[in-house]
Amino acid sequence: MTPVKQISVFVENKHGKLSSIARHLADNGVSIRALCMADTTDFGIFRLIVSDYEAAEKALKAAGVTCSVTEVLVVEIEDTPGAFADAMSLLADNSISLEYVYAFLTPEVGKAYIIIRVEDNAAAAKVLSDGGIKIVSQDEIKANA
Amino acid sequence: MFFQKDIETMSRKQLEELQLERLKWTVDYCYKNVPFYTKKLDEAGVTADKIKSLDDIRYIPPTTKADLRDNYPFGLFAKPMKEIVRLHASSGTTGKPTVVGYTKHDLDLWSDCMARLCTAAGATSDDIVQISFGYGMFTGALGLHYGLEKIGATVIPNSSGNTEKALMYMRDFGTTVLVATPSYALYMCETAKSLEYPMSDYKLRLGLLGSEGCTPEMRTQIENGWGLFATDNYGMSELIGPGVSGECQERCGLHFNEDYFLPEIVDPETLEARDEGEYGELLVTTLTKEGIPLLRYRTRDITKLNYEPCKCGRTHARMEKVQGRSDDMLKIRGVNIFPSQIESVLIGMDQVSPHYQLVVRREGFADTLEVQVELVDSSLLDSYGKIQELQKNIAKRIQTVLGIQCKISIVEHGTIERFVGKAKRVVDLRKENK
Repeated sequence: MTPVKQISVFVENKHGKLSSIARHLADNGVSIRALCMADTTDFGIFRLIVSDYEAAEKALKAAGVTCSVTEVLVVEIEDTPGAFADAMSLLADNSISLEYVYAFLTPEVGKAYIIIRVEDNAAAAKVLSDGGIKIVSQDEIKANA
Repeated sequence: MFFQKDIETMSRKQLEELQLERLKWTVDYCYKNVPFYTKKLDEAGVTADKIKSLDDIRYIPPTTKADLRDNYPFGLFAKPMKEIVRLHASSGTTGKPTVVGYTKHDLDLWSDCMARLCTAAGATSDDIVQISFGYGMFTGALGLHYGLEKIGATVIPNSSGNTEKALMYMRDFGTTVLVATPSYALYMCETAKSLEYPMSDYKLRLGLLGSEGCTPEMRTQIENGWGLFATDNYGMSELIGPGVSGECQERCGLHFNEDYFLPEIVDPETLEARDEGEYGELLVTTLTKEGIPLLRYRTRDITKLNYEPCKCGRTHARMEKVQGRSDDMLKIRGVNIFPSQIESVLIGMDQVSPHYQLVVRREGFADTLEVQVELVDSSLLDSYGKIQELQKNIAKRIQTVLGIQCKISIVEHGTIERFVGKAKRVVDLRKENK
């Protein structure tokens, strides 16, 4: 089981905040692989899977941005109808609750990656790989960047 | 340690005799030299002869900050400019600044006051003191400066701003005492920790904090951060500057320099005297000042006085830390609120920084309070739930302390302004809607 590092950034609901965060990453050559952000009235948490999380964390901290690195599970599925449903069924059938989930496609290999945040990464990884689903490593994320 | 032991440990009876004699002198001096007071005292029918005891001070009408402003710049001076050797002015955030003038005698009594308080706090001639108050028109820096020189300490007049350079002096000169506002002392500590130098490069042992309020929690944070012992001192430019009162090493109240300043505690609405030990507004009458003598000056600060002699041996009354200002006091939905109460809640929480801002609004017919706090614990970014839980937790604690509901806004670390001088914590938008 190889969890992937996710960057979480605190973003105040203010004009231009997101663009400045993205700019810090761009200026440091960090490529964004996947992102997710929900809206609340005051603030948001901007979650990112990037090509180089260490460089991303360094760049954001240097800019005084409040951020943290957490481990999430990334799995690879076919980019076909039903593949996502199958993966989610595996977790549901084994009573594994999701905190949040988001996805990105890899057109070059015709696959989809799902980013999953659960309480117990190891347990979820076992259920999924036992069900024949491939777990994606940090290196693969970097290689595909 | 004492700077002027005979005065600082004088018996209450002797002290009161001295105060009465000086009060009579001041009333007479004001009457004869300041037309504003001639008129005011005539209207109230008060002459120096009418003052038979210290209690008779109640017949004298109070003086307010507005009186100083209305007589801008020199209207309340009791001496011609020929004898005034120094001018200072308040920041004047609302309207004209208030200008104060000192004679040679005033500067001397001021530095005596400061020398007493610095000695009581533990400063000696062996200390190297860095003054990180802004110099210029503000009284804080020069007040401490002259008092510390008087006791023979080495003074570094570093002023405020350029924090990294100030920290370099601290390391290279072996600074042992820091003079700063509590919020700046804390900011300097945050900055020091972000630099590559270990904290053991700093030799600070004593902090002389002042010019704004400091909750016990904030003081503990400054003490732990720097590894120093901190004392608080109090004053205001209208009265002299810092040096009106200050803590000794016992830290159980701020010793009032009662031979130079006569304190009273009154009800802020009726101006009637409060019983000893009761909270109220502090009124101060200067007892020997020549440049600007003031009768019953309304400080707007809420505090109480303790006349019991202190364990340190000093007999001068001890003033409790200022609880708030009678005009800074926020009235929200009929509840009296002091920003210091909110500060004490926030300082007890690790997830947020001690910097905050209060925003008061009127929505419909109801007042609302928003408390903006900075998130420092990035581990909470794992889920919205954790941040919302923090918001709820802060709101609950504030409700326990203040008895009112408020909205907690979490903002990014470093976005609330750090104040080098006096912190401005409150934005009251209700006034704009009137």
